[in-house]
Amino acid sequence: MLLTGDLGYTVLEPFAQQFPQRFYNVGVAEQNMVGVATGLAEAGYIPFVYSIATFASLRAYEFIRNGPMWQRLRVRIVGIGGGFEYGTLGLTHYALEDVGLFRLQPEMTVLVPVDGGQVATMLRKTWDKPGPIYYRLSKRDLPLIEELAGKFTLGKAEMLRRGKDILGITMGTMARQTLAMADRLAASGISVGVMAVASLAPAPLGQLKRELEKVGIAFTLEAHYKIGGLGTLVAEIVADNDLPCLLWRCGVEDHRGIHLGDEPYLLKQHQLTEARMIKKLVTMVKEGKKRW
Amino acid sequence: MPGRKNEVRRIQVTGYQIRKIILEQSFRAQVGHIGSALSIADIVAAIYSSVLTQRRPGEKDRHRFILSKGHAALALYAALYLKGWIQKKELDSFCSDGTRLGVHPEIGLRGVDFSTGSLGHGLAMGAGAALGARLGHSKRKVVVLMSDAECNEGSTWETAMFAAHHKLANLVGIVDLNGQQAFGYTKDVLNLQGMAARWKQFGWETHSVDGHDQKALTKILRSVKTNFGKPHLLVAKTTFGKGVSFMENQIKWHYWPINQIEYKQALKEIRD
Repeated sequence: MLLTGDLGYTVLEPFAQQFPQRFYNVGVAEQNMVGVATGLAEAGYIPFVYSIATFASLRAYEFIRNGPMWQRLRVRIVGIGGGFEYGTLGLTHYALEDVGLFRLQPEMTVLVPVDGGQVATMLRKTWDKPGPIYYRLSKRDLPLIEELAGKFTLGKAEMLRRGKDILGITMGTMARQTLAMADRLAASGISVGVMAVASLAPAPLGQLKRELEKVGIAFTLEAHYKIGGLGTLVAEIVADNDLPCLLWRCGVEDHRGIHLGDEPYLLKQHQLTEARMIKKLVTMVKEGKKRW
Repeated sequence: MPGRKNEVRRIQVTGYQIRKIILEQSFRAQVGHIGSALSIADIVAAIYSSVLTQRRPGEKDRHRFILSKGHAALALYAALYLKGWIQKKELDSFCSDGTRLGVHPEIGLRGVDFSTGSLGHGLAMGAGAALGARLGHSKRKVVVLMSDAECNEGSTWETAMFAAHHKLANLVGIVDLNGQQAFGYTKDVLNLQGMAARWKQFGWETHSVDGHDQKALTKILRSVKTNFGKPHLLVAKTTFGKGVSFMENQIKWHYWPINQIEYKQALKEIRD
């Protein structure tokens, strides 16, 4: 079943038309939407609830926690537009903590696909899994990433590129930028591996540990606060396993004092551009060589 | 003859029996929320003797009951015990280490379909359960028991709109109108005057009833029409701490546990 909090205009109509009995626009009431989904899931249905990522996650957070999370029910929370995708719509629409919040909930499956191909595979593989799932989807229609070829395995990360000097770990739409950075660094003789983590929970702990052991420098890149998301996950792995690699976490630090603009503008304001990151990584490699 | 024993117990789901267990268990465990549980004893008795009449808690097409005011769980546990769904030993574990019977009810305990404890969640889950029943062509009812102060929660009214819009007549809400909340009387905290009128305005079929009249409650619960139509809301006027003179309408007994002297006095009063 599909429930929407009055969002998805021009997106959800095909489903609504094809399955009118299974589509409910519950109105602008996210708490009720998740509560209703909890009741439906207890009755054996698998409801997908849809809203902009901030509303789907934050507004209904306690309902998700006390409902499908603690009661282990198959409710799927679909949050659209991670990070700064809503650009000039402003702060209320920036999902910068959703992944962190759901990572905190022990029964939650947290998935952040890289592209549309991966979304399709992910849905096929997870739609009827026990317990709740959070899907953080991009609202942009971007070209597919060839290296990924739509692959997805729950609890695993996808190695998009092998590299021996640096490991770039990324999630969601930031995978594109990470690959572009790897290309540019390769031209300067620095070999960068790129790993996309779509399964934030369950997390690919062993796989990340093994890959982190192979490199001296790793960085994470995500459209999320630096706290709580992918960077924190990787830092936990580094700390828990006493790994010697240098880790540079790139994410959103604080949004105070920054004006509005489109997504590239906002990423630039937060120092998350290719150019700035490449510069820092080149320095890290030089300093790293001195250090080891 | 466990079956027969259950049979005997089942006919004893009365307000008095529930009150007695509430007092025994809250005294033994030295846990509060006594007044809130006492105020719903007759309502819970009516629900279990008129709607939740199935023999076993896990029957597939069973009616659903959600105690949205989860802090009054002792009244629910008492009913589950009287139905024969939980054993005395389990009941006696209330609030001790390793128990499944906490202050608020949790799934995993026989007879509890939804966990509650945070106010304003139960009605939404109930609306989903009612919608699920309709989609599955089931005649089952969903009964949700709320506190009056729970109507402070905005989410309650989100669901009030949803259930009326979708004509979930198989959803029966009950508001325990005892006029009290944790920190004061509802008239002083957020005035809820005209409770029935509010729900009516939201499109519900309302029924005003004495919340201590088990027969009247039973009659309504049995007779509500559950076909496509207005959802039902029973405004059950109750007395907080009902049956125990020194607890009635006293804010203190939202949280306070009872001592030995009070316990003996309370047991005597509910019996008389």
